[in-house]
Amino acid sequence: MRAIRKVASAAVAGVLALTVASCAESERGEGGEGGGREGDESTFTFGAAGAPEMFDPLYATDGETFRVTRQMFDGLLGIEAGSAEVVPELATEWTSNEEGTEWAFTLRDDVTFHDGEPFNAEAVCANFERMFDQNEAGQVAAEYWGYVMGGFANDPESSLYESCEATDEFVATVNITRATSGFPTMLSLSSLAMQSPKAMTDGDANGIEAQGEGFSFPDYAQNPVGTGPFKFVEYDQATGAIELEANDDFWGEAPASSSLVFRVIPDESTRRQELEAGSIDGYDLPNPADWAGLEDGGNQVEVRDPFNIFYLGLNPETNPQLKDLKVRQALYHALDRDQLVSTQLPEGAQVATQFMPSTVGGYNSELQPYAYDPEKARQLLAEAGAEGMTLTFAYPTEVSRPYMPDPQKLYEAMRTNLEDVGIKVDVKTASWNGGYLDNVTAGKYDAYLLGWTGDYDAAFNFVGTFFGNLKENDFGTEVMPWGEALADDLQAADAVVDEDERAAAFEDINRQIMEEYLPGLPISHSPPALVVGADVEGVIPSPLTAEEFASVSVGGR
Amino acid sequence: MVRFIVRRLFQMAVVLVVLSILLFAWLKALPGGPVSAILGERATPARRAALEAALGLDQPVHVQYFRFVERALHGNFGASTGVLPGEDAFQVFLIRLPATIELSFFAILLAVALGIPLGYFAARRHGSPVDSGAVILSLIGVAVPVFFTAFLLKYYVAVQWNLLPVSGRQDASLDATRVTGLFVLDGILTQEYDAAWDAVLHLILPTLALATIPFAIIFRITRASVLDTLDADFVRTAEAKGLSTRVIRGRHVLRNAMLPVVTTIGLSLGGLLAGAILTETVFSFPGIGDAIAQGYRKRDYAVLQVLILASAAIYVVINLLVDIAYAIIDPRIRTR
Repeated sequence: MRAIRKVASAAVAGVLALTVASCAESERGEGGEGGGREGDESTFTFGAAGAPEMFDPLYATDGETFRVTRQMFDGLLGIEAGSAEVVPELATEWTSNEEGTEWAFTLRDDVTFHDGEPFNAEAVCANFERMFDQNEAGQVAAEYWGYVMGGFANDPESSLYESCEATDEFVATVNITRATSGFPTMLSLSSLAMQSPKAMTDGDANGIEAQGEGFSFPDYAQNPVGTGPFKFVEYDQATGAIELEANDDFWGEAPASSSLVFRVIPDESTRRQELEAGSIDGYDLPNPADWAGLEDGGNQVEVRDPFNIFYLGLNPETNPQLKDLKVRQALYHALDRDQLVSTQLPEGAQVATQFMPSTVGGYNSELQPYAYDPEKARQLLAEAGAEGMTLTFAYPTEVSRPYMPDPQKLYEAMRTNLEDVGIKVDVKTASWNGGYLDNVTAGKYDAYLLGWTGDYDAAFNFVGTFFGNLKENDFGTEVMPWGEALADDLQAADAVVDEDERAAAFEDINRQIMEEYLPGLPISHSPPALVVGADVEGVIPSPLTAEEFASVSVGGR
Repeated sequence: MVRFIVRRLFQMAVVLVVLSILLFAWLKALPGGPVSAILGERATPARRAALEAALGLDQPVHVQYFRFVERALHGNFGASTGVLPGEDAFQVFLIRLPATIELSFFAILLAVALGIPLGYFAARRHGSPVDSGAVILSLIGVAVPVFFTAFLLKYYVAVQWNLLPVSGRQDASLDATRVTGLFVLDGILTQEYDAAWDAVLHLILPTLALATIPFAIIFRITRASVLDTLDADFVRTAEAKGLSTRVIRGRHVLRNAMLPVVTTIGLSLGGLLAGAILTETVFSFPGIGDAIAQGYRKRDYAVLQVLILASAAIYVVINLLVDIAYAIIDPRIRTR
């Protein structure tokens, strides 16, 4: 009996094993040409901090996704490597009518999409119409379009985009409803890149749905087709590896590596260790405290020009004492920002004189930083009758932003300064994803640490974001007598067509903001860095943290 | 027997429903949420409201709960917002599960392979230096936090000495074929032995770290149980009957001593998940534990709900299997 049982179970096990094995053929080498070209294989492997959302840039919102899509897609306009300056990419030149509402883009005539489809004016217009015509879920998910264009096809009144026409095979004419400084600069945004109309139709690119608490994306979002230097190969979710291969038909200079791999490694210390072990070639935003150690290990820390602003936000709606300009000035004079920048922020950080970095048009170079002057701060507080005032001061936990590497340390330095002039600091904290931003927006803090990294080179992208919307901004400008004028001035300056005139208008607004209004206290601009191994060549750090890896190669491999 | 199993399955369903309600209430009580995680600095009130409305987060909590249950009954568990954005949360579970199964399997295997023999020999040489040495080792296993062991292993073996991979499950450049999602098995089935070997190398350090806790428990239970059995009357009887030491040890002592050990193994399988969260995070090992940790950081409600519920279900099922096994071995259990 026992023997029979044993034989039977052995037989069952054998059959099972055969069944599994029979459907387990090796599929290596299938699924795209995978793994790059034969002969000159070279792979650049980059450690990513999180999984990409998907690969359709229109619906992308975070840096992890854009870092990948940027390598596969081109925009009509591009960004000069190493700067924030807008340069021709798929469009070689562009002109507008006098009102700045009709823009003709002359396109390159030597470009094809990765699927072999031609790139021409019709493809451009198909892209604009596709981005414009979003369903309910798409309107929320296409965050950048909503942000820069203001609206979608169902609400043409609030939309900046109006229509697109292929006036010639390689000339696309785009009509917009009003002049704005953001156009056409915004076309350099990764999110508005050009995608293959055929692939988008075949993959139902606009078929996004809200599913539970997130979005479910259509097939196309997993099979993106662009014109860029790299083509999509695969995304292995089980290992968190995304593989791209060189596009041999790329219209520009051929990429230096035959393939690009992004590996998701959520933990920063593990990214560093992987780099030191040589299993990845680089990662983004190393903690400034690690910079020296990384360089000692032979790695290259590439420091970008700062394109951000770190500020102490103030909310007079929450604390009426802050309505008094003297109080706000007193807070500013109380802060020893030179000390803060030199001890708490990475090398290359600068003390801010206004709410935007110096590389942006409209920056007012005549403004001087508010000096550290505790005596004056005390005097101003006395004049305002606010000696010994209490300030709820908040900083976020569980987060590190490019402009604010360690919020707690920055807070501690500022608290000491404020207490020195007799202000009572009532500290509040919340984690970044755990309510901090909600609380800032809801006006629960008198003072809070926050910042902004620019999307593109336009003054309105900084000051307009902060104060351009009277009803909805974190500085509570609605309760200030000048709040409405400031918002109106910003909108007006944004609509000036002539570049020099526009810059002059913003310079003037920046002066007013700093000298007359002081709605918040701009602290500093910090340079974010990325780190690559000793044998990596060709990385050009971008102030917009928008590096293209086509020029990157790994020596000896 | 059937009635026993049905009763236990019914209890399991009750446990899961209650847990799902508690879990839902807890998640919704957490400050912040996916909207902040998604929008970041761009979270203006208008955009926040639009996103909340689109995701149904503006509804009362009980409405959200019933919608969640209704969708779940249709096999739609909600899309992930942070761990694998856009993927259905249950898919995230399925994608991540093999990694944790593989890791837990090897950890338990190691714990059993070391724990039982060591426990047996420690008991046989009760009071000897071997015994005290093994007891101290197991104490360290219980007392030292898993993440600390993991950090030490990673820092020295992988980073300093460069002997094993620092993190991950497999080298992406191997282009390995996936069949079951268990990478070692897949490599063997498809005869891609380099891929299987690479997966084994990636498993060694996380396995060592994770195995410390079940090893310590299995060792101690085995030791205590063998000590008990050695004193039992039937062993003395067997000795008196003149049976050889080999037969006494193999057939009488070890077999009888194994009963509590089997239960312990079953139960520590469930407990491995807690260790897996830490181990997987340290080694960026893309399993359930890593997904739960990331899901919490990024406030990925859908993933947290599904992964925690599914883990609880697995725990309950393992418990049930252990009970059934016990009921088969010991009929008295069934009547209780």
